[in-house]
Amino acid sequence: MKILTGNDLKTGDVTWWTGSDWSRHVEDAVDVGENFEAILHEEEAARRVNVPYAIEAEMTDDGPRPAHIKDRVRALGPTVRPDLTLKPADPEAGNWVI
Amino acid sequence: MYQYDKYDQQMVDTRVAEFRDQVERRLAGELTEDQFKPLRLMNGLYLQLHAYMLRVAIPYGTLNSKQMRMLGHIARKYDRDYGHFTTRQNIQYNWIKLEDAPDILADLASVEMHAIQTSGNCIRNISSDQYAGAAADEIADPRPWAEILRQWSSFHPEFSYLPRKFKIAVIASDEDRAAMRLHDIGIQLVHKNGELGAKFYVGGGMGRTPMIAPEIRDFVPADELISYAEACLRVYNRYGRRDNKYKARIKILVHELGKEEYTRQVEEEFAHMKTLGLNPPVEELARITEYFADPAFDSNASDELDLSDPDFKLWVDQNTVAHKQPGYAIATISLKPKGGIPGDASSAQIDLMADLAEQYSFDELRVTHSQNIVLPHVKKSDLYALWQKLDQADLAPANLDLITDSIACPGLDYCSLANARSIPLAQKISERFADLGRQRELGELKLKISGCINACGHHHAGHIGILGVDRKGTENYQLLLGGSAAEDTSLAKITGPGFDEDGVIDAIETVTDLYLKERQEDERFIDTYRRVGMAAFKEAIYG
Repeated sequence: MKILTGNDLKTGDVTWWTGSDWSRHVEDAVDVGENFEAILHEEEAARRVNVPYAIEAEMTDDGPRPAHIKDRVRALGPTVRPDLTLKPADPEAGNWVI
Repeated sequence: MYQYDKYDQQMVDTRVAEFRDQVERRLAGELTEDQFKPLRLMNGLYLQLHAYMLRVAIPYGTLNSKQMRMLGHIARKYDRDYGHFTTRQNIQYNWIKLEDAPDILADLASVEMHAIQTSGNCIRNISSDQYAGAAADEIADPRPWAEILRQWSSFHPEFSYLPRKFKIAVIASDEDRAAMRLHDIGIQLVHKNGELGAKFYVGGGMGRTPMIAPEIRDFVPADELISYAEACLRVYNRYGRRDNKYKARIKILVHELGKEEYTRQVEEEFAHMKTLGLNPPVEELARITEYFADPAFDSNASDELDLSDPDFKLWVDQNTVAHKQPGYAIATISLKPKGGIPGDASSAQIDLMADLAEQYSFDELRVTHSQNIVLPHVKKSDLYALWQKLDQADLAPANLDLITDSIACPGLDYCSLANARSIPLAQKISERFADLGRQRELGELKLKISGCINACGHHHAGHIGILGVDRKGTENYQLLLGGSAAEDTSLAKITGPGFDEDGVIDAIETVTDLYLKERQEDERFIDTYRRVGMAAFKEAIYG
């Protein structure tokens, strides 16, 4: 599957395309198939997200999991600071990245 | 310390106002990201994995407690309560909001700081010896020269769009504590026939093509130093490659032209430059030098130290070095606690270090390229009280220059260029080798970890280096041996096939065990490696 991601223009936060809006959580990302260019163009113009782009991912029981480790780090947060990730209460969350 | 004059302040304030306008235009949609990106980078604002990252310049790693407190304030107010001291003697904040960036730069400007030229193909922050002005072995204070170079290179119209970024280091001791020969230009202040001048080394660097800068001039009179630097830059700016980013650094030009031809062209340009009267006026040199006068040392300060507390004794042995002034010491605050992140400090720790500098070190701090903090002028009779306060704040690891005093780049946990994480390796190594007795048995051992080939973690210069790579989507770590960033500069060599995270740590234990078995007398790890050679270490690792 292909999902869209980028960084929020104002805050820099990592965001994921839900089909109608952007979410901080990769679990909310939807498969955009091959027809994502128009979405990217429209969203870039809307100035909500900085340089959105498409990445490969696989659907798992926990939702979309980006194919590349770099995007999994982006999705969770720094593995060396669990307290700063999106799942600070889950000490095992870093395993999802690796 | 240098203090801004009205021109310095006006330049920085004007840049803040300009950037505030640019940010407003970006947020309003008047600028695209393609248009805005070079503007934000000129102000040190990157977009990294999780957010915008702001890199703040700390000129030659020197700052006062007021500036340090401002760094803590920024961490607390605009970031996530910590900052990361870097291998370029700067600080980075990892969680900056674009809309806050102009206010942060204004706050920095209020204490004579900025983020200008911390990115882009320009002359970056000048680096220097963290012991400058305090070291017992320096022949002159390098800071006035670093400051003159800072003023010369700031907004230099001819060198704002070089083929690639450009880094200059200035030292004034035979012992190189600034990785001088791994800079684009390395300057060593020297005396010749009683006259102060400089040796010039040009064309060093790490990255994907590591090179040690060759010496191109053994003596440039001090008052011609800027002209000579200008000549070096002019030849590079004219002939450095702009067609290929990976071949654009000056080291490639010097290598391809050959040292002799590059030097010939520099000398020709230098002869021309000398006719232009570009040397700093003597009065300006004198004005700048005055800012770096010694603080009011107590000439009656005692060299006596009560070392009856064994933990304090370990810290003194490991983390303090000789000061030029009797009764004083240079103290290094290690930012490498067991399991910690090299170079990270919380806002509370930053505030505390500022307070301690004010109380014990004539208001001065230094950032080292090894990602530690130095208090350069501590009275020996104050060391115990200082150590106790550091210890309470987890700032007293007695591990300077030991295996757990590792350098690590932010790696894949933060950096968009990285291929692998580097911080977890530093953390695990610090846990594996946590026993201080074992660390001291191993002695001086420079461990440097990079998460990609760009080498921000200086892996080429590690006695032991680690390079993280991406192997089919999985983190893999190459082990290197034999590098040095000191006066015996050398480049590390890859041992062989890479390892996973645990595998590379096991391999480090294997090579340190072999070192202990093979070493003679007072040999350091690097000495034994050089004597024994790579083959024995490879055999131990791979069989």
